[in-house]
Amino acid sequence: MQNWINIALPKGRLGEKAYDIFEKIGYGCPSIHEGGRKLIFENEENGVRYFWVKPSDVAVYVERGAADVGVVGKDILLEQSSDVYELLDLGMGKCRMAVAGVKGERPDSEHTLRVATKFPNIAREFYRKQSREIDIIELHGSIEIAPILKMSDVIVDIVETGTTLRENNLEVIETVVPISARFIANKASYKFNNKRIKEMCDLIAQNIEKKDE
Amino acid sequence: MLRQEGSGIRMKQAEMLLKKEEQVIFSLRALFEQYGYRKFKMSKFEEYDFYADNRSFLNSETILTFTGLDGKLLALKPDVTLSIVKNTKGGRDVSERVYYNENVYRARKGDGEYKEIMQVGLEYIGEVDAYATLEVLLLAQKSLKAISDEYIMDVSHMGFVAGLMEEIGLPYAQQKAILDCISEKNAHGIRAICKEAKLADDMTQKLEALASLYGSLEETLEKAKALCCNEKMEQAVKELENILHCLKIGGNEKNVNLDFSIVNDMDYYTGIIFQGFINGVPSSILSGGRYDNLLRKLGKDADAIGFAVYLDLLERFDSAEREYDVDTLLLYEDGADVAALAQAAQMLTDNGQSVLVQKKNTGNVKYKQLLCMKDRGLEIVAELD
Repeated sequence: MQNWINIALPKGRLGEKAYDIFEKIGYGCPSIHEGGRKLIFENEENGVRYFWVKPSDVAVYVERGAADVGVVGKDILLEQSSDVYELLDLGMGKCRMAVAGVKGERPDSEHTLRVATKFPNIAREFYRKQSREIDIIELHGSIEIAPILKMSDVIVDIVETGTTLRENNLEVIETVVPISARFIANKASYKFNNKRIKEMCDLIAQNIEKKDE
Repeated sequence: MLRQEGSGIRMKQAEMLLKKEEQVIFSLRALFEQYGYRKFKMSKFEEYDFYADNRSFLNSETILTFTGLDGKLLALKPDVTLSIVKNTKGGRDVSERVYYNENVYRARKGDGEYKEIMQVGLEYIGEVDAYATLEVLLLAQKSLKAISDEYIMDVSHMGFVAGLMEEIGLPYAQQKAILDCISEKNAHGIRAICKEAKLADDMTQKLEALASLYGSLEETLEKAKALCCNEKMEQAVKELENILHCLKIGGNEKNVNLDFSIVNDMDYYTGIIFQGFINGVPSSILSGGRYDNLLRKLGKDADAIGFAVYLDLLERFDSAEREYDVDTLLLYEDGADVAALAQAAQMLTDNGQSVLVQKKNTGNVKYKQLLCMKDRGLEIVAELD
């Protein structure tokens, strides 16, 4: 086949689940199960090529056209405000973006709110809508420590089960936005490979609906 | 006879030397001139206030400013259309056709710094009737063709989207959220917003269909017709139908698609809007449309339509790596006969070759043949094929 469809998948559990869907609808690539450290897999028979990339980079690969389509969390799309088509909500990897603080404590509204987060743009936008003055502290991991050490008043982070929060004596104060995995496409690729991407999209949609029933 | 051959070689060299974007500028200028558009030359900057007042037209937050000699805040132009409209003498009775080829200064997403971006475009200001619209659309299509045969032009109509929005009548914030979803073809996002706003199911479905609709103008226009629910939308479809009809007569309907997900600012854009894509370039390379409201806002009594081509995106397009830096690398030693050296170089260039004359082969020049100037004359050291 001449025209490859390049698919960027996030490394990790979400990406593997997403790959299962692609396999089910006929875009399988057997070599992907071989394991090892390889990052690119192709299947010449159905013209698909998969890349494993860092989850937060998927949207970049798609936006720049290195990948035609990809699977990415809504949190990444919101944070990076990527210029791509968001074609489907895959309904997997469900969690929420939430504000959390030390249990039983509510930050007073007299002071500038100090917010520790990995998602400065989402946090800024959320508080801008509330016209709340904030001080963003950008961190890259173990966000939960910030309010315990009194470095920040609250955190804005992804909450799945809430276990990490509980174990660190934190609790959710409010939800910012629900998050799940999305199927995205590069805007130019969507036009030049319209038939194949649309077909892929329809098949995935059918597959998700079946699961819901 | 010899002379002619020489100029032929020079023409060929010009083609080889010019980068893709330079070639495109050349052919687009010729194209626009052919249709009676006249070149518009403008100053590099304007007063900052002018851009600040029309920020939403610019669609960007970043403007590169500096202080002028008299203490006024000036800005390097982030956009050409605004300056053209401000200075236009075009009116309802006398239309003005201009084109430009200018650098604008913008920050592209994620770069974190301003960039100089080369833009070529044209504006038609005056009474924009069906012919004017068609002419501009055809010129946009020809511009894309001049870049590559593998192009797609997407057409939309602001009236269609605005008409449906009117019918729905949601508050501004929700409307904006829906428009954002439309531009992402995000049907599930639209569904969520409509559910929250308790919008009727049939309207939600119409919005979803509008966002997802994509295909050749000919096939999809019928589907768009089915979505109409007021006069504004019907009017928009009628205008699109008329365009399709004219395109078909000229045999130009190929590669023209309908896509309502192109959404520009409603405060400025009014009618037909369009975008162009080239296979191999990851984002839209051409963008344009009808922007009557901008003229109203700047106090001009005229309509306007135009488009711009973003040539910076072509930099990486079909840039086949050059095989050789020069045809001939000509080496010489200390005390070589300088006049003979110059003569040799002259001989080579007269034959249409490029030549680099230097003392040492430093190893970072790719050449086809390596010559050495010795006392007895030129000597071929190496020849690659």
